[in-house]
Amino acid sequence: MLNKFFNTMNRLIFSSMVLVLTSPLGAFAADQAATGGGDKPWWFWPSILFVFCFVLGVLAVMAGVGGAVLYVPLVSGFFPFHIDFVRGVGLMVALAGALAAGPGLLRRNLANLRLALPVALIASAFSVVGAVIGLRLSALDPNIIQACLGATIVGIAALLIFSKNSEKPVVTKQDAIGMALGLNGLYWDEGARESVEWKTHRTLLGLFMFILIGLLAGMFGLGAGWANVPVLNLMMGVPLKVSVATSKFLLSITDTSAAWIYMNQGCVIPLIGIPSIVGLMLGSLLGVKLLAVAKPKMIRYLVILMLLFSGLKALDKGLGLGLLG
Amino acid sequence: MDEREKLARRASKEQIIYANILVVGVWSSIAIMGITYFLYLSNIMPPYVDLHTITTLWGKGVKEYLELTHSPHGWGWVYFLNKGDFLNYIGFVLLAVMTIICYLVLVKGYLAKKDWLYTGIAVLEIVVLSLAASGLFGSGGH
Repeated sequence: MLNKFFNTMNRLIFSSMVLVLTSPLGAFAADQAATGGGDKPWWFWPSILFVFCFVLGVLAVMAGVGGAVLYVPLVSGFFPFHIDFVRGVGLMVALAGALAAGPGLLRRNLANLRLALPVALIASAFSVVGAVIGLRLSALDPNIIQACLGATIVGIAALLIFSKNSEKPVVTKQDAIGMALGLNGLYWDEGARESVEWKTHRTLLGLFMFILIGLLAGMFGLGAGWANVPVLNLMMGVPLKVSVATSKFLLSITDTSAAWIYMNQGCVIPLIGIPSIVGLMLGSLLGVKLLAVAKPKMIRYLVILMLLFSGLKALDKGLGLGLLG
Repeated sequence: MDEREKLARRASKEQIIYANILVVGVWSSIAIMGITYFLYLSNIMPPYVDLHTITTLWGKGVKEYLELTHSPHGWGWVYFLNKGDFLNYIGFVLLAVMTIICYLVLVKGYLAKKDWLYTGIAVLEIVVLSLAASGLFGSGGH
């Protein structure tokens, strides 16, 4: 009976995604967003946003992406809010999700504090720079940010399609910086029922990459799990499970610094922020439960499609082409 | 469970303390958000910016929005805690301050272990986060 319920939920989620992307309701929302949606009662958009974020939370967990990477392009495309507010709230959404996941990951020794600390310092310092640049560019012309965001989202979709993570990368020799920072460890792999030792290589290159990641996270309010994992896993040779867990934990630090910049600038409006944060967190809780019976691969492909569509829409809007409405 | 498995499962003392503080902080801030949002929307605490006004202005850039609503930026909201909308900032701030609190605990732990490198990294992170929180950066946008 439980399986039947989850199968029904699976179908419902799938249908709702297709509905959001293709139905007249989606077109209506986009149209309303384009006209500002000012003729609606004040509770209309926050209520829609709460439901929308709840569904996003479910999908994000099942697709293995952060909520903010879906939130920013989709909400800026389909809701009447200015991109300044969407980016500010997007960071708060990413921050809340990362902080909520952090304790479990740290206690199970999957997220590694020693690995996270130096990386977080670089990423958070540069996310401050990214946030300042993003706000300046947005004040100059919001279309610049919209177009850059679109290009970044399309790039993220491509990264999700083409990057092949490595479960347990082979690191034959640890480099000097990794050794000096003590970037190594031991974790328990529940699936394989074995303890796995790991150490890093190409540490300096990896640390440099976090400059770029921090800049992008701050500039677009995206969170950066999509970039953290490939760098930790493929470049630095950290096992996939430790990379994913440490990346999630890292977001709680990286996004904190950028979130402060947006919050101090007044970009976090409670009427938009709280339904987004609570909706996404509740959705994530349901997503974790559904993960056991869902078909994450199909959902992942759908999320990539959604990312591609929203990225192209943002690009179209930013460049003023008007091809996608 | 053999010794190696125990070792692999065991998180460091700092990780456990960090996790414990996070749990309390995050769920407190979510609970606070729920309460303050209720006070705000039910008009028990009237807002600084009227709800209908927000819906007509949220499509404008933040600079214009602040000018038109005469809203404060930076830490200016602290003076308006009797207003429903700014009361919600307590939850946001608690969420954003959690990492700084956790890092202060880390510094203490690393100092006790005389791990100077990680003490330095943790102190620098606190400096970065505190500067970001101070409102010194990006204020030129207004």
